[in-house]
Amino acid sequence: MADPLAWHRLQFAFTIVYHYLFPQLTMGLALIIVLLKARALRPGGEAYATAARFWVRIFGLNFVVGVVTGIPMEFQFGTNWARFSAVTGEVVGQLLAIEGLFAFFLESSFLAMLVWGEKKLGPKKHFAAALALFVGSWMSGVIIITTNAFMQNPVGYGRGPDGVFVIQDLGAYLFNPWALAQFAHNQMASLVTASFVVTAVGAFWFLGGAHLEQARLNLKVGTGLGLLASVLVAFPTGDLQAKLVAHHQPAALAAMEGRFESGTRAEIHLLGQPNVKERKLDNPIGVPMVLSFLAFGRFNAEVKGLNEFPEADWPDNIELLYYSFHVMVGLGTLFIGLMGLAVLFRWRGWLEKTRPLLWALMLAFPFPYIANTAGWMTAELGRQPWLVYGLLRTADGASPTVHAGSTLFTLIGFCGLYLVLGLAFLFLVGREVTHGPEAAHA
Amino acid sequence: MPEISTVWFWLVALLLTAWAVLDGFDFGAGILHRFVARTDSERREVLGAIGPVFDGNEVWLIAAGGSLYFAFPRLMAAAFSGFYLPMIFVVWALLLRGVSLELRSHVTNSLWRSFFDTTFGVSSFAVPLLMGALLGNLVRGVPLREDGYFELGLFAAGGDLGVLDGYTFLCALLVLTTLAAHGANWLVWKTQGPMHQRVRSLRLPLWLGSCSLWLLTTFVTWRVAPDVIARFPQRPLAWLGLVLVLGGLTTVFLKRKEELAPFAGGVAFIVGCLVMTAACLFPVALRANEAALSLSVASAATGASAMKGALLWAGPGVLLAAGYLWWVLRHFRGKVTAARDGEGY
Ligand code: HDD
Ligand code: HEM
Ligand code: HEM
Repeated sequence: MADPLAWHRLQFAFTIVYHYLFPQLTMGLALIIVLLKARALRPGGEAYATAARFWVRIFGLNFVVGVVTGIPMEFQFGTNWARFSAVTGEVVGQLLAIEGLFAFFLESSFLAMLVWGEKKLGPKKHFAAALALFVGSWMSGVIIITTNAFMQNPVGYGRGPDGVFVIQDLGAYLFNPWALAQFAHNQMASLVTASFVVTAVGAFWFLGGAHLEQARLNLKVGTGLGLLASVLVAFPTGDLQAKLVAHHQPAALAAMEGRFESGTRAEIHLLGQPNVKERKLDNPIGVPMVLSFLAFGRFNAEVKGLNEFPEADWPDNIELLYYSFHVMVGLGTLFIGLMGLAVLFRWRGWLEKTRPLLWALMLAFPFPYIANTAGWMTAELGRQPWLVYGLLRTADGASPTVHAGSTLFTLIGFCGLYLVLGLAFLFLVGREVTHGPEAAHA
Repeated sequence: MPEISTVWFWLVALLLTAWAVLDGFDFGAGILHRFVARTDSERREVLGAIGPVFDGNEVWLIAAGGSLYFAFPRLMAAAFSGFYLPMIFVVWALLLRGVSLELRSHVTNSLWRSFFDTTFGVSSFAVPLLMGALLGNLVRGVPLREDGYFELGLFAAGGDLGVLDGYTFLCALLVLTTLAAHGANWLVWKTQGPMHQRVRSLRLPLWLGSCSLWLLTTFVTWRVAPDVIARFPQRPLAWLGLVLVLGGLTTVFLKRKEELAPFAGGVAFIVGCLVMTAACLFPVALRANEAALSLSVASAATGASAMKGALLWAGPGVLLAAGYLWWVLRHFRGKVTAARDGEGY
């Protein structure tokens, strides 16, 4: 209770997990809207224009909440992580400033055009507004992920007086291999979320017998993109991430897999509970050699266990890390199966008669949110006990003068505000979905 | 050629000033709307007058925050953590303001609307008040320690300093009144009908209040932080600020029959006040009660070569942002009519 660090971490984790619920939809949806509107420009595209119009409204609502929950993130670097901020102006602050000037201004200037300007702008210019918003939101993504990648895998840096981080090699810093893999994986994951949501709305209308033409269109677009994105999120992008973790954060990989002993021909665990006290995995069920292959590309590669590392360098919540990783990968496997089945059934023309599958598609949309959250928990818990991997400990980053009570108080405040915000948001999105799509504005 | 840290000091000041001026009239409109807009369609008119621009206006704050973090990381670390609670209150108020503005018009229910009208008013009131108090703290100085951090109670209790004490409260009132007056100027320019008349008649008293509070604050500052005022004569930019302030006030009072001219005068007044303050604080970035511990602009700054390199993106970035602003304002010329039902994002 008296240690503010735990409250700082909890508050940051809560506010960023909440924030990310919204951008993960808007980034994926921006791409889908661009695709829909591109199709709508061609002859016979009326239905696509109608679908795009509906999704723009959902996009707008999500965007609003994304913006208001993003601003606290920016402030918390200074308020909660002052000692971290004091040394990372050049490597973190710089990119946040660039994000503001180049991505957020772009997004905020075009949002109103996209949401309210369809009639005024005409189809071509309105398409351009959608494109601008897509570029802006993916630009926010790549910039913030580059900063996170630096914290995961610091490259191209030097240390100045007082341990200040300086950029020594701009190219190496910007083209951090971790950032490229993380961005690719993260954007595909955000496309998974968006296509599951599109699919779910289509299934909802179809099962309720409403807006049948639009329901079919959403099912078609959602399942097609959903399968594509679900495959890409696992391979090559997820695989690439795993190899990077194996290479640069061996202790994190060991903890993600609940692996204490080192050895070759390492098995991957499908089930089991980590028992940190006794340094073993209880009730393990695994497949031999797969982990070695996934991490290093060879079946007999040596994979280190946690016993190789001093306990002070272990991630501090091994259980949560292990479960997060397994939830993400487990769900990812299920997503490929579900979307594969849906695409197959649609192709054969069985989907509309198979109500259980439509029900499953309708109810599946929360799971990509869970997988995304679990993925970020994996990344961020795996980075522990470091803020900047191997260089700056989390315990050395918090603000020195903020009391535990203040942080607890603000954490409770955030919980209350976000609860009300979430309820209002769900209510409004629910209304839009039940109201359904509208043809061109009367 | 000035020091590169000085260039960045003025660049961050520029972004913050842009925020104060642009989002300032949004806050002003928010403060006033509960009082001047009586019917639902008048309320929608107020929201219509700021709705399309407020999101972009707020980005100036985000850009300023990012630039402060980049260019003066130690200043941001000390100030944000030292003012922990008021900073988080600002964050909450900004959150509430954004949500109220955007969600209000989605639902026609009158309880829903009057709830968000109130939260919009309260949050628009809170941000200028808190920001004014924080600005006052920067001028008055904070109990900075040797390690570069400080702690400060929320209220002045038993003779100690606090984030809110007599002096900083005066600063808060000045900012609040000025932004209310600035918002009134914007609404007069952008609206029509009976509400327009009501706002028009509020303008003069508000600007008189702002003007007298400014005189009072300047006088008290001279007592509280004499060394800050003492720098005034050697600072050409401070003189420029004074010219802007006086010119702005003259325009506000002499052209009070017009619509655009008083708005421009108000902008000049706000810019002038902030320029004067920044010019007189310089070269101190964070004033310590114990002068030797103050954080100077040069000592709080990021490395010189990084700051020089960063001008490559900062210059074009600011121009681009100004370009968007011009573009959005152009699309949004003329008077607003009450927004359609269900409008808002
Ligand atoms: C729909 C969401 C989703 C799905 C199905 C998956 N992932 Fe993922 N994963 C994410 C969403 C995500 C994420 C939230 O987007 C993360 C967090 C950081 C990042 O870049 O992406 C992530 C991170 C992440 C990491 C990095 C952890 C670290 O940095 O320490 C690895 C190794 C994987 N993933 C591997 C996989 C594999 C092998 C999957 C196979 C199915 C997989 N992910 C499916
Ligand atoms: C949307 C994506 C993200 C999610 C869901 C996420 C999640 C988390 C979680 C769960 C924690 C708590 C870890 C712990 O306390 O043990 C955390 C901490 C943190 N993350 Fe992230 N994170 C995300 C992106 C980022 C990015 C982009 C940055 C940096 C630019 C960042 C910086 C931090 C910092 C500074 C902390 C606090 C220190 C710590 O506990 O490690 N995070 N994040
Ligand atoms: C510590 C980390 C983060 C900070 C400081 C942060 C900050 C912000 C801020 C200030 C906004 C509002 C922008 C505006 O006013 O237009 C915002 C929105 C946004 N953020 Fe974050 N963010 C963080 C994490 C992330 C991550 C990890 C992603 C994606 C990978 C992301 C993607 C976005 C996007 C796409 C938006 C646009 C609004 C939306 O679509 O909801 N952010 N963020």
